[in-house]
Amino acid sequence: MRLDLTQIKQWIHQGAKVLDLGCGDGEFLANLRDSHEVQGLGLEIDADNITQALAKGIDVVEQNMDKGLDNFPDQSFDVVVMAHALQVLHYPDKVLDEMLRIGREGIVTFPNFAHWRCRVHLSTRGRMPVSKFMPHSWYDTPNIHFCTVKDFEALCRQKGFRIKRREMVGETSWLARTWPNLFATTAIFKITR
Amino acid sequence: MLEHNSVGIVSPQTAHFNAPLPLACGKVLNEYALVYETYGTLNANKSNAILICHALSGHHHAAGYHSEQDDKPGWWDSCIGPGKPIDTNVYYVVSLNNLGGCHGSTGPTSVNPETGKLWGPDFPQIRVSDWVNSQAALADHLGIDTWAAVIGGSLGGMQAMQWSVQFPERLKYCLVIASAMDLSAQNIAFNEIARQAIQSDPSFCEGHYREQDTNPSQGLALARMVGHVTYLSDDAMANKFGRDLRSGSIEQNLDDEVEFQVESYLRYQGSQFSTAFDANTYILMTRALDYFDIAADFDGDPVRAFAATQAQFLVVSFSTDWRFSPRRSREITNALIAANRAVSYAEIEAAEGHDAFLMPIPRYLDVLRAYLGRIAEDLL
Repeated sequence: MRLDLTQIKQWIHQGAKVLDLGCGDGEFLANLRDSHEVQGLGLEIDADNITQALAKGIDVVEQNMDKGLDNFPDQSFDVVVMAHALQVLHYPDKVLDEMLRIGREGIVTFPNFAHWRCRVHLSTRGRMPVSKFMPHSWYDTPNIHFCTVKDFEALCRQKGFRIKRREMVGETSWLARTWPNLFATTAIFKITR
Repeated sequence: MLEHNSVGIVSPQTAHFNAPLPLACGKVLNEYALVYETYGTLNANKSNAILICHALSGHHHAAGYHSEQDDKPGWWDSCIGPGKPIDTNVYYVVSLNNLGGCHGSTGPTSVNPETGKLWGPDFPQIRVSDWVNSQAALADHLGIDTWAAVIGGSLGGMQAMQWSVQFPERLKYCLVIASAMDLSAQNIAFNEIARQAIQSDPSFCEGHYREQDTNPSQGLALARMVGHVTYLSDDAMANKFGRDLRSGSIEQNLDDEVEFQVESYLRYQGSQFSTAFDANTYILMTRALDYFDIAADFDGDPVRAFAATQAQFLVVSFSTDWRFSPRRSREITNALIAANRAVSYAEIEAAEGHDAFLMPIPRYLDVLRAYLGRIAEDLL
């Protein structure tokens, strides 16, 4: 399992009701079900992912979260998770609002665009960074809303979200934790209203 | 020679019921018979039974062949069979002809034991909840306490939903395909056109056509033609027929009698149907569709209707289905989400319109296979 998902798992309590926005093939929810007995529901738009999630016994609803989540009642989930999807959304700020309307807590992970490799790439080559983590060219990428750790925290302040937990993943853990905006490849936030 | 994944040669069976069946319309059916087929084997603890509910013009013959000479298999043979999504190596599948039908179950073409005459148009109006009650009687007859799943498309999906509300503890999974919680005005309108076509046929004789030894074939064919168009998408018809001519020419200076392929096709479908289906049954079934409303007993609130259900749900729709559009399936899904029920939803890209639910569309079959596999893992 991806490192950010391993971390998120530790933040979810036994038996929680979890909505996973962009649940992929359902691996994470299946894992949570087996270890935490969560009641999970995934949202996904990729046909193959949906079939694979169903085969794993994960409930998945085919729905594009960018087109709204108003079919989910207020505070109907304990936790709403969105792992590595923030940057592909047309309206990431609106989806964050919706996450905290639907769930008591939101857990968000995203790639940190201010990681030093990105900075070096951009400043020395003058080209949009392409790397193992961001393998797409600028003109053909699902990632249309990259942000940095600082950007995300600023947005949370602006919206009045409380950051309850924060964890950073990087090549060197202590560096990522100490200077996240420079050394974290992936940021993980637990937020509430 | 039968395909290796066919259920093979099957024979319909008949179950007779003498316990009176109170109907939603207030009348009581004192005795009735249901014709059904079964595929696969019921396991020792009877936990692998699946009920298939048929759509408007469907019947009990869902899979396999009735004889070696049969040129066409049952109506859902693409999905039911050994190794198919509804795997008869795993499940015991029950498929019946609904009450009021014209393929052997008690209906307008049966004799009313109280009068000794054909029921005809006097057969009581049947609603979806009556079908579910009669299907529950069939389940009792077969010794099935709880269905592993109740599955249906279109009108069949309405029965599956109604099962979950009416007998929450008697089904574990509910598969609702290309269906809706109630019919839209447009849908009722199409049904009314179909009924008017039948009833205005001079041979209809106010429903007593059999006693008069006639049949409202024209009206029935017309009803089917209207229905058929609504089951296809614009694209599907364009692909299948385009503006191709079957005969004649529309060239300049020619005054030919012209027949488009689509005209000939519709007429053929209509005429085939008019010899195979009973007009009173068609009227009865379309009315059952029109009257269905999952939330009728719950102040019009489907969330309340689903609140007491215990089944887990799979809802499936098809992109070009405009008779039971994806929007209608999303309404079902959203009501289930709001009712805090376990639900999955897939919207299948398909060009075939409403008819897609009967077609072997790869992603559709994959979704069914995955979900039925999960049911087996959960229950068996």
